[in-house]
Amino acid sequence: MNVKQVLDVKGIACPMPIVKTKKAIRQLETGEVLEIHATDKGAKNDLTAWAKSGGHELLEHIEENDVLKFWIKKG
Amino acid sequence: MTEKKRTTIILFSGDYDKAMAAYIIANGAAAYDHEVTIFHTFWGLNALRKDEQVTVKKGFMEKMFAKMMPRGADKMGLSNMNFAGFGPKMIKGVMKKHNAVPLPDLIEMAQDQDIKLVACTMTMDLLGLHQEELLDGIEYAGVAAYLADAEDGKVNLFI
Repeated sequence: MNVKQVLDVKGIACPMPIVKTKKAIRQLETGEVLEIHATDKGAKNDLTAWAKSGGHELLEHIEENDVLKFWIKKG
Repeated sequence: MTEKKRTTIILFSGDYDKAMAAYIIANGAAAYDHEVTIFHTFWGLNALRKDEQVTVKKGFMEKMFAKMMPRGADKMGLSNMNFAGFGPKMIKGVMKKHNAVPLPDLIEMAQDQDIKLVACTMTMDLLGLHQEELLDGIEYAGVAAYLADAEDGKVNLFI
């Protein structure tokens, strides 16, 4: 996976993960991948819904030591 | 590019917690690429007040209202468990611990995200609020302007 940028939103609360993700993905080109690290428990549903609505692709997500990691490909 | 979706929120309440919910939804919607309008009316106008005292010519009733209403978002009380002003102090402590964003910062973020903040001019007159007392960069309008935004809104909320 060609990760263009890693966004760390660990420890910050709603609505910041989604606001920062939006800002970060705006800087990317179509097809580039953003990796996101979050600890907000709502992030999984939030980012899944957000990616779908914005036409982006959530490639993968995992949970690792209480950190949720996401890879979103810009659509 | 498809046409942008729209979210409109009427902020009627002047409670810190309710305004916070409104501004979190608004900022979330902006991150969803919606065009967002928050229409502030009645007590919700207090969220737009500058926190410093602005000298404007006021009548007796207007002065009374100005004194009794919170001057700015940070001074607003809670809708529940306000405890004569102790409640907001407690909740702000808890918010800090959980890294939640305080209301004044949410309002600033809303302006950064180009959310349209509108003050209802009719209720401004009722409460004796003048444009000079409200934040810079906001718009002034009435029900028709709100409806123009709301009629093609996907999300319309009254808080």
